[in-house]
Amino acid sequence: MSTSASTPVTPSPAEEEIVLPEVTVVDRKAAVMFGVLTVGLALLLILAPQEGDTSFRLKAPNDFIELPTITVPSTPTAWVLTLACALCTAAAIVLYTQKRKTPIWLVIVFALAWMTGFLTWAAAGGTVPVVGLLGGSLAVAVPLVFGALGGVLGERAGVVNIAIDGQLLFGAFAAAMIGSLAGTWAGLGASMVAGLLVASVLGLFAIRYFVDQVIVGVVLNVLVIGLTSFMFSQVLAPNAASLNSPPRFRAVPIPVLGEIPLIGPIFFRQTVIVYILYITVALVTWTLYRTKWGLRVRAVGEHPKAADTVGIKVNRTRFRTILLAGAIAGMGGAFYTLVSVPQFNREMTGGAGYIALAAVIFGKWDPIRATLAALLFGFASNLQGVLSVIGSPVPSQFMLMLPYVVTIFAVAGLVGRSRAPAADGIPYRAGGQ
Amino acid sequence: MTYPTNEPGPNPTTPAPTEPEPEKPVAPDDDRWRKALREIASGNAAVAFFSVLLAVAVGSLLIMFTDDDVRDTFSYVFAQPGDFFSASWNAVWGAYTALFRGSIYNTRVDDFQTAIRPLTETLKFAAPLIVAGLGVGLAFRAALFNIGGRGQMLMAGAAAGWVGYQFEMPWPIHVTLAILVGMAAGALWGGLVGLLKARTGAHEVIVTIMLNYVAFYLVFYALSEQNLLQAPGSGNPKSLPMKDSAVLPKLLGDRYNLHLGFLLALIAVALVWWILNRSSLGFRIRAVGENPAAARSAGIDVGRTYIVVMLISGGLVGLAGVNQVLGTVTSGIAVDLDAGIGFDAITVALLGRSRPLGILAAGLLFGAFKAGGFAMQASENIPVDIVLVVQSLIVLFIAAPPLIRAIFRLPTREAQ
Repeated sequence: MSTSASTPVTPSPAEEEIVLPEVTVVDRKAAVMFGVLTVGLALLLILAPQEGDTSFRLKAPNDFIELPTITVPSTPTAWVLTLACALCTAAAIVLYTQKRKTPIWLVIVFALAWMTGFLTWAAAGGTVPVVGLLGGSLAVAVPLVFGALGGVLGERAGVVNIAIDGQLLFGAFAAAMIGSLAGTWAGLGASMVAGLLVASVLGLFAIRYFVDQVIVGVVLNVLVIGLTSFMFSQVLAPNAASLNSPPRFRAVPIPVLGEIPLIGPIFFRQTVIVYILYITVALVTWTLYRTKWGLRVRAVGEHPKAADTVGIKVNRTRFRTILLAGAIAGMGGAFYTLVSVPQFNREMTGGAGYIALAAVIFGKWDPIRATLAALLFGFASNLQGVLSVIGSPVPSQFMLMLPYVVTIFAVAGLVGRSRAPAADGIPYRAGGQ
Repeated sequence: MTYPTNEPGPNPTTPAPTEPEPEKPVAPDDDRWRKALREIASGNAAVAFFSVLLAVAVGSLLIMFTDDDVRDTFSYVFAQPGDFFSASWNAVWGAYTALFRGSIYNTRVDDFQTAIRPLTETLKFAAPLIVAGLGVGLAFRAALFNIGGRGQMLMAGAAAGWVGYQFEMPWPIHVTLAILVGMAAGALWGGLVGLLKARTGAHEVIVTIMLNYVAFYLVFYALSEQNLLQAPGSGNPKSLPMKDSAVLPKLLGDRYNLHLGFLLALIAVALVWWILNRSSLGFRIRAVGENPAAARSAGIDVGRTYIVVMLISGGLVGLAGVNQVLGTVTSGIAVDLDAGIGFDAITVALLGRSRPLGILAAGLLFGAFKAGGFAMQASENIPVDIVLVVQSLIVLFIAAPPLIRAIFRLPTREAQ
């Protein structure tokens, strides 16, 4: 990262105007990453050329307006898109030499071109179900987004929440059990209570007893794994019919929005939990940045002493925030047992909470960006499933590895030094000990 | 983010006013005893003891309320409470005696050599937990959180296993080479994290988690390819078994499964103790862990320290993977060779407060739980997961001395 300060133009004495020195921070990482990825794609095309055409199916079943299926010759299209990637790279280099920032739209254009190019190559001779690919990605991402939102809220208030995984898992467990007994909505409520319970233990130890938050988080994850697995073998599995067969939420299409071509089937023909997710993302973002409560949360996370000085109850605010965060993360757990798989299994989250934690840091502790990061993970995970159906030339293990490799590249390359809230993870003791 | 620090942290309880206690007319001998008792009750050992007690109590409640015999008595608990209590007692007593029989001394057999076998099993299970715990703990001391134990163990195990089945060599050379190659693989996989952190500022928590998955799929891929690690002619993702010359020798003869890995773990404890407390590298590690900015001002190359710490940490965790492949399960490399040790190591390091001797003790305790847990599942039909619950509760309670003191009404140090 290089910093350049353009020297302030010394104003002639006649001019009254004060020229402030302007500091711009430019980063060559974007250009480097673009270059590496473009070369990688070109190498794929050269070393493992694919024959045939690639089709992109854009319509979903029961569409009101039907989009045609686009079929393109695989290799030439992939090369055209590689060229587009190269142009983006060139643009990034030019911007870097002019000491200007890489705009976000350039990153998006590059990502789209690269991804489409890769898909065109990988799915040569087959059809890419675009709606299935993106809709499925959203489904995979839902628990991650809930978890990431919980993580963002907690960390913005200064409490590191490593227990996201525990909250997801306990939420899934409670939703399965209560859902089987009393229906889907009761299950959803139970998942929130379960997440809240885990959060309250986190709060008790981390805020009340000043135990290191990372310790509590890791240990809580293990505790929840042990507890749910134990209860699963002892109680749920022997009584599976009555305790572990929850009803499922059904997909509810939204009348007008659901009919929009391409976007409708992906975003607006989902289950209620997904719609709750949209609302939650919006609400969390709005309250965090636009309300008095949000300002207080951020204040206790950045500078608890200053917050205390102006009369904000630091530890009470933190406790309430992580309880809310826990309830949100718990809802993500309900998605597993009330939508994806209608039964609980031991360790069924498979470490999704850790991925959500990565999304929090990847998203720089911002709810919107963390949501986007979680969606990216969902997309990368789902891509493998779709490509293995088409029959891709890449071994499935490498496709499965892709999201994680992309994350490492992104964290090392594009995000770089991420800055946590200043008081993140530091317990606050009133009286300034 | 902050990380588990080495110190228990300043005690939040405010010191009692320094009012001199009124002289009590007690015999000097009596006074000494009282003082000693008070000393014991307020010390860390007492907190540790009562933490274990409380965790075991919670575990007992779980066993009680999920036991079928106990639940049968629920319907008439007020009519005949005796049935409820005796059923509960049977369930809990049965569980913990089975745990003891499985981890320390089997009282149900007559000859001593068979009866002591569980203890050797405990040591066998403890060895990888200790070395991996040392690796995680060392990283903690530099304020780095290494959740990448799984990946480091997989890479190390695969590398050591490859050397172990591929080459023909005489005994001591072969096994030594396999251990070294395995540790080197683990070290590189860990060092990569340090390098990324030092060069680009990538957060080590993310990178280690991601590298776990990458390692898993890499090893999985290699084990599914005939020309890589997969056993010839096999369809399973498993390699050939280890050659005899590459297997860690049994320490106590063929009767017991205890192998050289435990001795290696003890050597590692001594080595890490020396690095941390007696070497200048250890000083740098601790300085960076306490305050990287201050360390940088003092002329310590923080980035280099990160890389070195992660290399050693990865190597130690890798040794745990080597221990599994060359010692515990020698039938070949498999994708589940880590057996959850990479994550257990985190709790071991936390319980041991990132100190080598503490980690040794914590590793032995968790090894005993592991050995006993399987026996408990086999003989009492109690899921082994209860061990996870008790383990995590112990770590949680030990980390919060004020809570334990409040529950058991122990005196605080300051109140003396």
